[in-house]
Amino acid sequence: MSEPRPPRSTSTGFGRALVAVYAVFALAATARSIYQLASKASEAPVAYALSAVAGVVYVVATYALATDRRSLAVATIGFELLGVLGVGALTLVDAELFPDATVWSDFGAGYGFIPLVLPFVGLWWVRRVRS
Amino acid sequence: MNDPVAYAVAGLALVAAAYAGWLMWRDAAFSNGLFYLVMLLELVLLAMLVGGVVALSRTERDVDGVLFVSYLVTVLVIPPAAVLWGVAEKSRWGTGVVLVAMLTVAVLVVRVLGIWQGAYV
Repeated sequence: MSEPRPPRSTSTGFGRALVAVYAVFALAATARSIYQLASKASEAPVAYALSAVAGVVYVVATYALATDRRSLAVATIGFELLGVLGVGALTLVDAELFPDATVWSDFGAGYGFIPLVLPFVGLWWVRRVRS
Repeated sequence: MNDPVAYAVAGLALVAAAYAGWLMWRDAAFSNGLFYLVMLLELVLLAMLVGGVVALSRTERDVDGVLFVSYLVTVLVIPPAAVLWGVAEKSRWGTGVVLVAMLTVAVLVVRVLGIWQGAYV
């Protein structure tokens, strides 16, 4: 940051802590999916593939927020929002489809509903920094 | 690896989380005290990894070894990562990073105990 007055970035201030939360979920979802796919991929292919997708989304969102790539951040966080709402609804409607849990199952209940709240906070933050 | 050890480590992480939360509430940036506390936790986690691997090699239990050790290694990476990421931010949110990290460590340690007892997956 050698500019005299650096513009506010998505990774400064509150964003610093937000990136940390995203990093935790990137780690949790990715590690979970690697373990699931490596050890028992055939048991619940839909759920495990979804865990992998969720992991990638969190990793890219973390990267985008940390490096101030805002359109990428909005795209991945938007996808994350659709994912948690869609998967959350599907797990309630058709539990058969997901015999094993993912981060987005039951709207993220297994993770204290943080996966449900996080995309709203993320989008709010990107919007706030822009102004 | 047993209940008191895991709860003591998780408790230490929660103490560090509480201290980080208090600093954040006071609008304070990273302090030396917090740094030492996080490093103390890191040493304890390192000891837990060593102790965990030794215990795993001796136990007769049906523990998922890969999952158990990967959790122990993961939890070890979090405190240094939090310090590196948090120390660059000269505002309350620098300690906010540590708060998030310490809560994560506490959750992971409790899950390690669960894996040891065969309660998960």
